[in-house]
Amino acid sequence: MALVSGWGRFPVVDTDVLRPRSFGAVGATIARISGGVARGNGRAYGDAGIGQSQTIDMTAFDRVRSFDPETGRIRLEAGVLLSDVIDTFGPRGFLPYVVPGTRFVSIGGAIAADVHGKNHHCEGGFGRYVESILLLSGQGETIEVSREQNPDAFVATIGGMGLTGVILEATLRLRKVETGWIREQVIPAENLGDAIKALDAGDAATYSVAWIDCVASGNNLGRSLIYLGEHARASEISPDADKFPRGADPRLNVPVDLPSMTLNRYSVRAFNELYFRMGARRAGHANLVSIFPYFFPLDSVGAWNRIYGRRGFVQHQCVIPQDGARDVLGEILGRVSKRGDASFLAVLKKLGQGDGIMSFPLPGYTLALDFPMTGSILGFLDEVDRLVVAAGGRLYLAKDARQSRATFEAGYPALQRFKDIRMSLDPSGKIRSRLSQRLLDEVHS
Amino acid sequence: MTSRKIVLVLGGSSDIGRATARAFAKAGWDVGLAGRDAAALEPDAADLRARYTVNASTHRFDVLDTASFDRFVAGLPALPDAVVSIVGLLGVQETAQRDLDHASTIMRSNYEGPSLILGLFAEKFLARGSGTIVGVSSVAGDRGRASNYVYGSAKAGFSAFLSGLRARASRSSVQVITVKPGFVRTKMTEGMKLIGPLTVEAPVVGDAILDAVERKKDVIYVSNKWRLVMFIIKTLPEAIFKKLKF
Repeated sequence: MALVSGWGRFPVVDTDVLRPRSFGAVGATIARISGGVARGNGRAYGDAGIGQSQTIDMTAFDRVRSFDPETGRIRLEAGVLLSDVIDTFGPRGFLPYVVPGTRFVSIGGAIAADVHGKNHHCEGGFGRYVESILLLSGQGETIEVSREQNPDAFVATIGGMGLTGVILEATLRLRKVETGWIREQVIPAENLGDAIKALDAGDAATYSVAWIDCVASGNNLGRSLIYLGEHARASEISPDADKFPRGADPRLNVPVDLPSMTLNRYSVRAFNELYFRMGARRAGHANLVSIFPYFFPLDSVGAWNRIYGRRGFVQHQCVIPQDGARDVLGEILGRVSKRGDASFLAVLKKLGQGDGIMSFPLPGYTLALDFPMTGSILGFLDEVDRLVVAAGGRLYLAKDARQSRATFEAGYPALQRFKDIRMSLDPSGKIRSRLSQRLLDEVHS
Repeated sequence: MTSRKIVLVLGGSSDIGRATARAFAKAGWDVGLAGRDAAALEPDAADLRARYTVNASTHRFDVLDTASFDRFVAGLPALPDAVVSIVGLLGVQETAQRDLDHASTIMRSNYEGPSLILGLFAEKFLARGSGTIVGVSSVAGDRGRASNYVYGSAKAGFSAFLSGLRARASRSSVQVITVKPGFVRTKMTEGMKLIGPLTVEAPVVGDAILDAVERKKDVIYVSNKWRLVMFIIKTLPEAIFKKLKF
């Protein structure tokens, strides 16, 4: 047994951790477990990557099976990290089409969460670029699933949180790029309305995201910096510059749990003030930035999750459908600002249509907030969830550790179809995570 | 394409072996992976080809089958520029104390086999006038400890073999390198209690081996912390050292 938690370090759960070294061994593992789920690099925040009784660590499967530089088609084992793909194939002119806010996620995890990036509004999620998946079902069958072959299992596996079986391998398409640089434009917005307008105006940009100051209130509620970006062409970078800059290893690290009071109203306010002033200075003209700080600003701080102290933190990420989003987001931000313990990191981003039946994205705006784990936060977030549900929104399962069944069921209308597909792949219910136990497995009384 | 250097990794399926192969392939070397089950090495060879557009081959090699060594070396498509032995067996000390077969297997896997095969390559390299021999030994060979002296003594023998070979080759352009990794998080150490600050991941060892070959080192501790730790362990008076049960 081992204590296992997600990136948010809440909850911490005792499960068996199994580390198979061959696909045969994964099959044997599935045959003997009572209820478990595959885990990649452990970057889901809550309980998605924790098995009910057993957790299957897939990080040993880190091989590239094949790569075709003509088409950008790549076959990877599920434990390969996106950082590895970027470091290996970036210099050869290829990047993943979709990257989330950290590059330290596994391919299996990226598929299971159907992760989205700053281009979701126009290019869709990670799943859109997955051509096929080698899946080991709870029944012990190894099947190739794609849009043509076993399409039900495919659309349930994209965003299915690992609950359709163990993802062993996947074929993806990579994007051909000329450089590892992004042409970035920073737009300051004084309040939430301006931020939404700026995001809407940036619809044509390949990448767009807003960083919100959650401490600002009143007329400045929702004060943001909007970052638009395009891949820079070779002719746009200085001839002296590295065509593909290296991603530095984390320069800073948080080696110990900081006292939970490190982040408080005052330190966050000071940080945000500085952040916005520096950002505003870059506004107006286009800057060239390396893909690493542009896509993964937090990856430069190793183990930043420790900044919240031993009790961990929860991230709340919701999406609110386009119509009426401004009012609902304003209401949420108002409450958060009044509470005052939020997160120095709040991200607002426009999303498009999801690619799997359980994918998080829907056309609208997503807001991601971090909160240190405290006694009162769970009740507060339940209130926020009511606003989300009333607006027809939902929460991101990869970030979730605490939503109720009712919130989940209201947010995911394809749930029954997902359960049916899962039942056909895994009639005896071998594949179970703490998340599935909390939100969708039958409750035995 | 023919001008690329070739590295042969003995023990290619181990975590350090795989990491070493990747480090060399990334630097543009062609790679031969050798292990008991050549077919099982094929996915790793394919990984190297897909990632780094190098040539990668697989070879059957059993470190306990010393009678096959001459044939193994003669059967290689080309004499490599560098050969790295990562072969080894940690075994179980307590079992080895009672079970002579187990103790003998540990000794043969860590000392006899690796020394004989590298000695054989050394003859070929000296005859050719070039080549690099890398033996992955262990800090456990620096001084026999109560908790793992069967393994440690075999590694000590291997380290001494490499040291002598290095001295003999010093007037030639054949390089002999001893690598002492310290704690590495691998299949071999899975389940062991490792001391965090003294423990590294396999890719760190792979990069260190490549660096040692490129910079023609003699003996490397992968982490300098280990150099200090082993200096202290080696200089403790025996009267004190023998009371330590680690």
